[in-house]
Amino acid sequence: MRRILLAGLLAIAPTAPFAAEAGKHGGTLTYMIPADAPPSFDGHREATFATIHSVAPFYSVLLRINPDNPSSADDYVCDLCTEIPKPTDAGKTWTFRIRDDVKWHDGTTLTAADVAASWNAIVFPVPGVLSARASIYSMVETIVAPDAHTVVFRLKFATSAFLPALGDAFAFIYKAETLAKDPHWYERNILGSGPFKFAGYELGQSIKGERNPDYYHKGLPYLDGFIGIYAPKESTRVEAIRGNRAALEFRGLPPSAVDQLLKAGGDKITVQTSDWNCVNNLTINHKRKPFDDVRVRRALALAIDQWKGAPPLSKVTTIRTVGGIVFPGSPLAATKDELQQIAGFWPDIEKSRTEARRLLKEAGAEGLTFEMVVRNVDQPYKYTANWVIDEWSKIGVKVSQKVVPTGPWFEAMRGGTFDVVSESACQSNINPLLDVQKFLPTNISPQNYNQYEDAAQNEMYEKILHETDPAKQRALMRQFEIYTLDTAAHALVLVWWNRIVPMQSTVKGWKISPSHFVNQDLGTVWLDQ
Amino acid sequence: MYQYILKRVLLTIPTLLGAAALVFLLMRLIPGDICLVRLGSGGASFDPKALIACHKEIGVDRPILVQFLEFIWGIIRFDFGTSMWSGKPVSTEILARLPISVEIALLATTVAVGIAIPLGTISALKQNTWIDVAVRIFAIGGIATPSFWLGIVSVLLVLDITSWVSGTPWMPPIDYVPIWKDPIRNLSMAILPAITVGYRYAAVSMRMTRSAMLEVMREDYVRTARAKGLINKLIINRHALKNALLPVVTLIGIEFAFLIGGLVVTEQVFNLNGVGRLFVQAVQNQDYTLTQALVMLTVAVFVFTNLAVDLLYGWLDPRIHFA
Repeated sequence: MRRILLAGLLAIAPTAPFAAEAGKHGGTLTYMIPADAPPSFDGHREATFATIHSVAPFYSVLLRINPDNPSSADDYVCDLCTEIPKPTDAGKTWTFRIRDDVKWHDGTTLTAADVAASWNAIVFPVPGVLSARASIYSMVETIVAPDAHTVVFRLKFATSAFLPALGDAFAFIYKAETLAKDPHWYERNILGSGPFKFAGYELGQSIKGERNPDYYHKGLPYLDGFIGIYAPKESTRVEAIRGNRAALEFRGLPPSAVDQLLKAGGDKITVQTSDWNCVNNLTINHKRKPFDDVRVRRALALAIDQWKGAPPLSKVTTIRTVGGIVFPGSPLAATKDELQQIAGFWPDIEKSRTEARRLLKEAGAEGLTFEMVVRNVDQPYKYTANWVIDEWSKIGVKVSQKVVPTGPWFEAMRGGTFDVVSESACQSNINPLLDVQKFLPTNISPQNYNQYEDAAQNEMYEKILHETDPAKQRALMRQFEIYTLDTAAHALVLVWWNRIVPMQSTVKGWKISPSHFVNQDLGTVWLDQ
Repeated sequence: MYQYILKRVLLTIPTLLGAAALVFLLMRLIPGDICLVRLGSGGASFDPKALIACHKEIGVDRPILVQFLEFIWGIIRFDFGTSMWSGKPVSTEILARLPISVEIALLATTVAVGIAIPLGTISALKQNTWIDVAVRIFAIGGIATPSFWLGIVSVLLVLDITSWVSGTPWMPPIDYVPIWKDPIRNLSMAILPAITVGYRYAAVSMRMTRSAMLEVMREDYVRTARAKGLINKLIINRHALKNALLPVVTLIGIEFAFLIGGLVVTEQVFNLNGVGRLFVQAVQNQDYTLTQALVMLTVAVFVFTNLAVDLLYGWLDPRIHFA
């Protein structure tokens, strides 16, 4: 682990010279995609990173996180637009100017109509067409292209969640004409305007791209092409990086695998690390007794020593940073002092556990026993499950775990046939205002499987969503966080994930971000060989 | 003979239909939802309306009976529909994976037969000598060693040895190229899995060959052949081995059928894009149509391999007649 930290620091710390290093043209990057092939190529309909890692290099987006500063939560830059506009109409109208030098890979010109059509397909999908994230654009009223170079988004209300939502990595721009003819065409075909042109797909095995010589970001891409190979098994991927069959995988590997690569590869391997916009959370079924009692839920939170648990866990799992409901790197996140006021984060664990025992006794739940449903995935689900079960045993709570495959795991959550479930929330680019929707009441956010309704909590959230002043927004977020984690103890969040990406040291120009969905178009990547 | 074949082929129809009904029901007993797995397994947020649209799109919102009748009607027309996961025709999904699975099965069978029959025979002929003991240890090692473990160890060994010899670690390719496009790349990818799978396969067949040979060598007709002065080589090749191969052929047939679709873990270890890996994906994703088609394929392979084995009996033992 010390080796990883050192290598991570070496890779990340000297950002200035790293950025200044001139890229070299040429070469083919082979990388592993740590999944089976995606269900389809259509970013609008899919939610898996396998789609992003397969096809993002073929597509343009309206705007994106700065590829030179992807660890930032708010450094958005234009891809197809010419500049990030200032909103008008009290923050409700956003007018984007679209570049006029963008060609589709078939040679035709991309216009604002294509951008508007793509965004309309994402926000207002026609019946029979799936749009996985349409609900996050609830603030959007209309999207129009008044001329060939302008796209206007009109909102129902001003919100600072809008701009990051536009930077969603799945929001590929498709050709309006093709979408109009067949809205399902992009599920099985690829035609974009991104840095690489589609060069072949071996069903279930690999995808290939070749340099787009007409790419509008001049001088890019550096690579002649890329090959992405699907490999769900971790040992295969580690061996492939070691054996020069692939240069890297972009999602992230656990510390043990990274140590193995560093030991075998030495200075031929570099490592980049980042906090990851994914958090483990424990979902408690409010409809089952005694979990309908807030004292019991608080007691479960108070029993866990996150501050002491996180450091050793980070040596064996992909988790590292203690945080609340907001990504720890975000300006909206709680500081350590603020966090330590909340149940489950108190600095004095003995005091915390004494309070937990008292609450259980008061609620008549002493000697509580229950079952926790755990997803049959090692990293980090099984590790964190074992850890919290041990922590709960310290206040006399006995928990058995039921490890099930992904399908039955979802079924248990959706059907409410569980006491407690160990799950995670893994979001795309950092957008706390939308990311915390996971913790809204079940009737508002069906992906919150806690099975409760709470109008007060939702009211708090609506206030944050509509607040555009950063200071006021932050204060409101604190109230929401304290209410969600402590006062009502609706949710129990555990340690945030840690993204570790080892790669052959010949790979340059790629910088890690807090999301494995982001910064994957490979436009700036080059090979030092 | 032809009547026998026709009868056996016709018997496959109720077998396949029975398997179809069973797999259809079993798949629906597993709790889960393909659309939830698709939209939510990465932990990212998704629109609840997308879930409803997904159910409608793949047809799982229809009554079970309608789905079952559609499935059976599809089987009758040799149309297994489209994969609920990828939306591609099931036949396209399977045909893309079949070549590598068939190639590994053929190579593993070649390795197994090439090792098992000579060594099993020698072991029987040299019963209770050090040669017999060595062969039996080799065979027990093959049975006791899981193929996937051997696979992982063999790749690590190749990496370590090449690193030690040349300074640069090398491992076999992890993406499949058909043998007619690049034979060297193809074989470098296929040879390790073929050996690791073939070793276990050889071990089982070797033990069967040895015990069958021991039994046959005690038969009266072998004693008669010896009594009339035939040389040992002729007795073994012409009289003993051919008869001893009857149970071995049965075993080879069953093992071969198993390899098409049964190399679930080995295909994962070597990143082979074969039928076994597809099987795992289909079950994990709760892709009903694809799983059903794969089970039907496996059943068909078993049924027809058994038929081929039965027909081989007639050639190996002229006393067997098909009526």
